[in-house]
Amino acid sequence: MDFDLSDEQRLLKDSVDRMLADRYGFEARKGYRAAPEGWSRDIWAQFADLGLLGLPFTEEQGGFGGGLVDAATVMEAFGRALVVEPYFATVVACGALLRHAASAAQMEALVPGIAAGQRVLAYAQVERQSRHSLTAIMTRAERDGDGWRITGEKSLVLHGDSAETLLVTARSAGQHRERHGIGLFLVSADAPGVSRRGYPTQDGLRAAEITLANVPAEALGDPAEALPILEQANDEMLAALCAEAVGVMTAMHAMTVDYLKTRKQFGRAIGENQALQHRAVDMYVSLEQARSMALYAAMMASDPNPLERQRAMHAAKVQIGRSGRHIGQEAIQLHGGIGVTMEYAVGHHFKRMTMIERGFGDTDSHLAALARLGGLIAA
Amino acid sequence: MDLRFTAEENAFRERMRDFFTTQIPADIREQVQRGEHVSRDQQVAAQRIMNAHGLAVPHWPAEWGGQDWTPVQLYIYQDEMQQNCVPAPLGFNANMVGPVIAQFGSDAQKKQFLPATANLDIWWCQGFSEPGAGSDLASLRTTAVRDGDHYVVNGQKTWTTLAQYADWIFCLARTDPGAAKKQQGISFILIDMQTPGITVRPIQTLDGGVEVNEVWFDDVRVPVENLVGEENRGWDYAKFLLGNERTGIARVGVSKARIRRIKQLAALEHVGDRAMIEEPHFREKLAAVEVELKALEMTQLRVVADERKRDRALPNPASSILKIKGSELQQATTELLMDVVGPYILPYDDHEHGSNEPPVGPEYAAEAAPTYFNWRKISIYGGSNEIQRNIVAKAILGF
Repeated sequence: MDFDLSDEQRLLKDSVDRMLADRYGFEARKGYRAAPEGWSRDIWAQFADLGLLGLPFTEEQGGFGGGLVDAATVMEAFGRALVVEPYFATVVACGALLRHAASAAQMEALVPGIAAGQRVLAYAQVERQSRHSLTAIMTRAERDGDGWRITGEKSLVLHGDSAETLLVTARSAGQHRERHGIGLFLVSADAPGVSRRGYPTQDGLRAAEITLANVPAEALGDPAEALPILEQANDEMLAALCAEAVGVMTAMHAMTVDYLKTRKQFGRAIGENQALQHRAVDMYVSLEQARSMALYAAMMASDPNPLERQRAMHAAKVQIGRSGRHIGQEAIQLHGGIGVTMEYAVGHHFKRMTMIERGFGDTDSHLAALARLGGLIAA
Repeated sequence: MDLRFTAEENAFRERMRDFFTTQIPADIREQVQRGEHVSRDQQVAAQRIMNAHGLAVPHWPAEWGGQDWTPVQLYIYQDEMQQNCVPAPLGFNANMVGPVIAQFGSDAQKKQFLPATANLDIWWCQGFSEPGAGSDLASLRTTAVRDGDHYVVNGQKTWTTLAQYADWIFCLARTDPGAAKKQQGISFILIDMQTPGITVRPIQTLDGGVEVNEVWFDDVRVPVENLVGEENRGWDYAKFLLGNERTGIARVGVSKARIRRIKQLAALEHVGDRAMIEEPHFREKLAAVEVELKALEMTQLRVVADERKRDRALPNPASSILKIKGSELQQATTELLMDVVGPYILPYDDHEHGSNEPPVGPEYAAEAAPTYFNWRKISIYGGSNEIQRNIVAKAILGF
């Protein structure tokens, strides 16, 4: 039982924290968002220099052999600073998909470019009707000689507008919502037949609606039995999001406590009121509960038993969602008017937290799924 | 970072589980599982079995029966005890007065009291709270005035848990009324409940049971050798005592055992044409509590792991979080049990007047409402949750 980071992980954390402290203040972030792609290629190059972009890949593949705790360490720091670069899309989401689905040759073709910061990836999974389901896929994959052709509409693709490479889920067989028949395909974003409409998201990131019309593609792994891999990768994405959320919550809580100590009304700091102190304490309790569950998620996301893994991930996302909503809403309330403006950081954290809670399965859907599985404690 | 238990720790857990499930009489454990109070005799029996195996006071110094376990081992011991519905060694003995005597008592006091305290040959009760001194304990007014080789004690204590069973009481009493601060001038004194001048009046709680009492001291003469440590240093010893129970207060194992029972009973109750446990809304309510409980378990393990790095004499403010969340979740389980029982929470079993009538409704219904009413105490005793929030606000958030 050891909750401490290893020496290497502490070095990683320190270097990420230092870089973000130097380069990722609230005003600097505004500048990065104003760039044409909605994020900074310069910061992206710094991530590459720090080794963050190759983190989840093995050394043989051209990476650094980091595990889920390393990913969580980076994501928590990114959550505190509200990093807008496509790290989650490229390294966390597509990194997990590639690790589990790609052949050695495919890894060799892709990883060096990712690690060097020259290739951005996006995961095109959601469709108009799919909500939080991984099996509600209507996009079709048809065989074409040695390769495949993809036709369909993908939606809410995080950083899909700036990605050079898309990982697309599509059905090569089976009926809508059937577990069998789903594949994962590699698509070049500039291939003929790809059209993209990029747009900003509520939380300051970017996403895209992507139409695929008979687009040439390469299968990653079994073109009809990718679902277990999508589920495994999805759980790793959830663990990373939980860690990011803890960073977001930590920042909101720290800003709120600081505000309570400095904001004066009626001739004294508002934080001298016990009512407000107790609310800050309740936020802290929520934060520590979330932190505990994010650690649990990082531990369980690679559990070999899929059922135990699913239970754990549902539970973690529920806790993160509830804690995040509590802390976020209280952070805004306790900041008063400044909290509901775009001019102050805490509101941006609140918006990111809200999107994390609502994305990748919202709290209600994860709670319902956990309840269907019989909860965490066997009768 | 490795959040898994080691092979040795898992083997230790097996050993604890085996001990608790084979050595503690089944009728006692079943009674605890049903949510009923154990009798004095049952409490004594269970603790003596544990003590005979060196398991009543493992956190004490080794020379007085302690085990030199790691914090993780202590956690596993408590967790298995709670999950298997074993009544914990009497807290007043094992967690409160015992460690104080071991740390601050004289050699004679240690010899006289520690073995008997571990074995529950002496049943202790706690004389801290007074009618005017609850959360603000330092405003207590009970006095101990030196008269030759005795103290003469006068005053009133209240909320004295199980004083009706107790052989001895450990008291905070004011020995220097002129002290500059109210925390000064208080002493920690051990008093034999048989001493003339002590009156105990039971107080009935909402569940109908008698768990707490008022205790009056009217010119009670106590030998000076029953003073623990130095005169007027009692507040320091009380703080040590209250900081001693750090991680067990989350009582995650107790809540887990309750949830198991709720699930079993929810399979027996029907709503419409299906078992209550099949109701999606009920399952989600249950799952929501299980999620918070899992998070609390991880939080508790973080505090346990942190113990290695801390000065064990200092209270850990993180334990306030365990108290707040742990009490809320224990209380949440009592509501879930009432949900399961449904309308049969209504009948009241009249303890005072006794009755030979059979219980109304299913046998498992009887304890649901009393437990709900009784367990409102959990967020009040041991430093109310509001006091815990004050502690976190000051010690962690820096207000």
